Amino acid sequence: MTATARKAPIEAAAQPAPSGKVVPLGRAPVSRIDLGRIAANLARNVIPPLVVLAVLLAIWQVSCSGAGAPLPPPTQIWADSSDLIAQPFFNNGPQDIGLAWRVLISLERVSIGFGLAAVVGVAIGALIGQSIWAMRGLDPIFQILRTVPPLAWLPLSLAAFQDSNPSAIFVIFITSIWPVIINTAVGVRNIPEDYRNVARVLRLNQLEFFLRIMPSWNSSCASCCRRRRPTSSPACASAWDCRGWPSWRRKC
Amino acid sequence: MSAYLKIDHIDKSFERGGVVTDVLCDVTLTIDQGEFVSIIGHSGCGKSTLLNLIAGLTRVSAGAILLEGREVNDPGPERAVVFQNHSLLPWLSVYDNVNLAVSKVFAGRKSRAERHDWVMHNLDLVQMAHARDKRPAEISGGMKQRVGLARALSMEPKILLLDEPFGALDALTRAHLQDAVMDIHARLGNTMIMITHDVDEAVLLSDRIVMMTNGPAAHIGEILDVPIPRPRDRIALASDRSYLKCRQAVLKFLYERHRFVEAAE
Ligand SMILES: Nc1ncnc2c1ncn2[C@@H]1O[C@H](COP(=O)(O)OP(=O)(O)OP(=O)(O)O)[C@@H](O)[C@H]1O
Ligand SMILES: [Mg+2]
Repeated sequence: MTATARKAPIEAAAQPAPSGKVVPLGRAPVSRIDLGRIAANLARNVIPPLVVLAVLLAIWQVSCSGAGAPLPPPTQIWADSSDLIAQPFFNNGPQDIGLAWRVLISLERVSIGFGLAAVVGVAIGALIGQSIWAMRGLDPIFQILRTVPPLAWLPLSLAAFQDSNPSAIFVIFITSIWPVIINTAVGVRNIPEDYRNVARVLRLNQLEFFLRIMPSWNSSCASCCRRRRPTSSPACASAWDCRGWPSWRRKC
Repeated sequence: MSAYLKIDHIDKSFERGGVVTDVLCDVTLTIDQGEFVSIIGHSGCGKSTLLNLIAGLTRVSAGAILLEGREVNDPGPERAVVFQNHSLLPWLSVYDNVNLAVSKVFAGRKSRAERHDWVMHNLDLVQMAHARDKRPAEISGGMKQRVGLARALSMEPKILLLDEPFGALDALTRAHLQDAVMDIHARLGNTMIMITHDVDEAVLLSDRIVMMTNGPAAHIGEILDVPIPRPRDRIALASDRSYLKCRQAVLKFLYERHRFVEAAE
């Protein structure tokens, strides 16, 4: 008898006898906030980029501080534009606003464009991954559209929407959707035959399949990204998760 | 009297790019309710293919499979499969893996509380209730196979199909699980069909052993009745006359009359 096998009945016996009461299956309790660990974590993530930034600034400073340097060094830039950086929240009418407002506007566009791309991309990707017909029909078109660079979409988009905001969102959407579609489709197509068979024996419908079985591509994807997913992560979490990762990172 | 499961003159061939491979040819078999039947044969002869046909995961090329007089065309929970490599969903806990089956099969028939009890009952059957919150990656191979068994049992299948369920396990764990399966079969009286490579396992567990000839175009070479009364005890059987006779008959079939010939591939 193996050690685990011997242990099994003992452990089972050690547990209180199940009463008739239903015990809701809660998630594992979140561990209490541990300031030391958070600080250490923060330091681990924040210090390396700060060091690299400092080194790069130093190189820039050294290489551009000669007399005939083509670009101004960082100190010069700080001297000239520190007021813009220091006061990011002024608002003097429609075309004269602070840096922070501009960043916020960009972030808003990015989140709308990205969000739309994630939703549409996962849906189309799942379709292509599941249906050989959809793949044959859509794949060639996508492969061509995918290669169109963002800058080439911009004039098209401007002409179509006649306004900067929707056209910017469209460009973000159209350039970020292809990796989502392709990752999703590849992931869905790679769902092991065994899991499909489990789904077929259980007669899961398309929606249940999408929610229950498709996370398999999640788990493979997530493990590559070295990230733990919550218990039954919905399918789209992974496209979100991995979309931004360059492929070298995903192949680790 | 019509049989419980009737496999009626089925052929199965796969076709790809105009090349047709005959895998099964004229297989006929009837199985009674509550019977435990093992299928044994050399690798590649088409055992899994036969099981998948019964499960409805693939379609027959000719002939028919009838379960309680109704033709089997598609997979369903009344023919639950225990897969060779457990096929548990790795992102779900042990409990959720079984619950996936229970909540699908018993949706609308059992209340939430009843479904919970039923999941726990099936985990108890295979003695895995203690690991209900573990992920498949966190339990041993034998335990995974037990959870796979619990998931299949939880569907209350008419027929339980086991495709080399213990093939990947060490001998000790395998003996343990064989006992578990025997115990469950005795308690629930399920109809079970099991594929195996292990002669001892086949004789120990089965009422009948179906021996398949080598492919291509494999068919049933011989069917052996195992007249050993239940409950069976592996230690007492080791010197039992009829056990040894059955064992010898299977070995003779496999290694004398239908030696695995590579050239047949
Ligand atoms: N989808 C398929 N397409 C073409 N040929 C197949 C397919 N599935 C199985 N075969 C062929 O059918 C034959 C039987 O395969 P099967 O998996 O049923 O063997 P098996 O008896 O289960 O072998 P093992 O004991 O090794 O699991 C093999 O020769 C295989 O090449
Ligand atoms: Mg097989």
